[in-house]
Amino acid sequence: MSDGSEGTGGLTFDKSKRSWPNELNVFGALILIIIIFEVLGAIFMQQSLLFDTRDRFDSIFNEARLRIIIIQVAIIGIIALGVTQVIITAGIDLSSGSVVGATAMIAMSFAQVAEVNGAMNPKAIFGPSFLDLPVVIPIIVGLTVGTLAGAINGLLVAYARIPPFIATLGMMLFARGVAQWWSLGNPVSFPTESYAKIGAGMMPVIIFLSLAVLFHFIMNYTVYGKHTYAIGSNEAAARMSGINVPRHLMLVYMIAGGLAGLAAVILTSKNLTAQSGMGLSYELEAIAMAVIGGVSLFGGRGSIIGTVIGALIIGVITSGFTFLRLGAFYQEMVLGCIIVGAVALDQWQQQRAASRS
Amino acid sequence: MSDIILETKGLTKHYGGVHALEDADFILKRGEHVAIMGDNGAGKSTFVRQITGVEQRTRGEVIFDGEPVSFAGPLDAREAGIETVFQTLALADDLNVPDNLFLGREKTKWNWLGPFRLLDYKSMREDTMAGLVKTGVKIPNIKNTIANMSGGQRQCVAIARTATFASKLTIMDEPTAALGVQETAQVENIIRTLKEQGESLILVSHNMRQVFDLVDRIIVFRRGRMVANLNKEDTNGEDVVAYITGAKTGAEYEGAA
Repeated sequence: MSDGSEGTGGLTFDKSKRSWPNELNVFGALILIIIIFEVLGAIFMQQSLLFDTRDRFDSIFNEARLRIIIIQVAIIGIIALGVTQVIITAGIDLSSGSVVGATAMIAMSFAQVAEVNGAMNPKAIFGPSFLDLPVVIPIIVGLTVGTLAGAINGLLVAYARIPPFIATLGMMLFARGVAQWWSLGNPVSFPTESYAKIGAGMMPVIIFLSLAVLFHFIMNYTVYGKHTYAIGSNEAAARMSGINVPRHLMLVYMIAGGLAGLAAVILTSKNLTAQSGMGLSYELEAIAMAVIGGVSLFGGRGSIIGTVIGALIIGVITSGFTFLRLGAFYQEMVLGCIIVGAVALDQWQQQRAASRS
Repeated sequence: MSDIILETKGLTKHYGGVHALEDADFILKRGEHVAIMGDNGAGKSTFVRQITGVEQRTRGEVIFDGEPVSFAGPLDAREAGIETVFQTLALADDLNVPDNLFLGREKTKWNWLGPFRLLDYKSMREDTMAGLVKTGVKIPNIKNTIANMSGGQRQCVAIARTATFASKLTIMDEPTAALGVQETAQVENIIRTLKEQGESLILVSHNMRQVFDLVDRIIVFRRGRMVANLNKEDTNGEDVVAYITGAKTGAEYEGAA
């Protein structure tokens, strides 16, 4: 009978493969990028990017810039939290930017004030009974529109078996059309005071980070998270294990849509207006955040923490280029290279894993 | 309780005009280990697929644990107590060992949260360890993802699922076809452990030595028909090969093929 010594020779196991979580690599990349900007800043600008070098305040960091870095990525970051989950199922969501546009127009229409400077609101979309509504109504409308768009994506992907790229590409065009049709291209403006508070100041950041914590927990400690990873890892195995794959995918796309809807509410609140072009190419930036953060486009791998760090990397690069007074086009070139580099690294890791087995 | 765990009567599967499986009468006793052998396309996998509900049979009866059954899918079969180790591994590469063992039947807390109910990691880890001990599977770190494991370890994880869930019948479809010598040895050790614990097993295999090492009885399929039902003691490798190739046909199956 088995003495246990048999067969163990071929079963070697390298602990180093596990003990170094991918998020640390991404975090290392963030630190490296910061160091590069600090060095360039010291050489060319005689300033520091993140640290307070002017002795104006008693702080270590340049808090104003830190705040800008995180505010500028917070809203797209909220979208990226949903996109991350979609990509982990080995899907993709190209529609989130357009869904932001459509949701912005629709939600804002329910957030308008009745009177501007003593006169009737010139931008009012609906009649007087739809003005000065309590703030929960536009929020619910926004979340519903976004979730509905996500539900349609989910239906197409999970039940109609249309590839996610095509299904969400269709939604991307459709939702942008809705955004333009809603008010025939006119902006929707003048929100109520309480609506304007949703996205004021640091609120987008607070919402972004709270949702990040929530979804980090969900992805790691709930059945929903486990099944999301399982489907992206091996859909056939997930199905054979009894997971209702279509229903789960549906839920994932709905959450992604709902987060895009929420981002639209925050964005319109922050800007005090909604325009049909809002959210243009947000989907690509959200995907970039996830990919830079180590989420694999092949599915199954990646994390919310990674995406948050990915968002910070994009924020630091954007601020860094402004700080160095370099044009935005350089920034886009560098971002493009970083995205391709991140995917190349993922490919390489995949191949190495495949050759090991 | 009868001592027959699985019985098929006249089990038949036609794919259009192709008669992949014809009138298979088969009996498996509780705790018995039976091998199914045969050439490629002889109907071995077809036979297994009709039992586990992966496909729907054309005709015939399957009686499992005393009850006539008709599984709508492999899940049904699993719920009834038939665990299948598939030729292609049904594991999620990016998950670790307990996650894979409990995939689709996670132990949870706070079930009122619906899809967001919490995973009971501790309890699943304990059950996984118990299952691994029971099967004699040695895996250095169960928190390791499947992607970081060797082929043998992966196959062991797939087999350990069986033990963890106290199934009534285990079906293995060529579990060692893709494995090296040492890995094969480990899988075979697990199968011996299952035997000691009285697990019933159907083993589809091409490996003559393995079959003679591990099972009590050998069933041979040829061109969709069962052609031999041999006790291990009454036969030898040459004999089995004769049945597989068609040089011989069992007396009770005369005229069948």
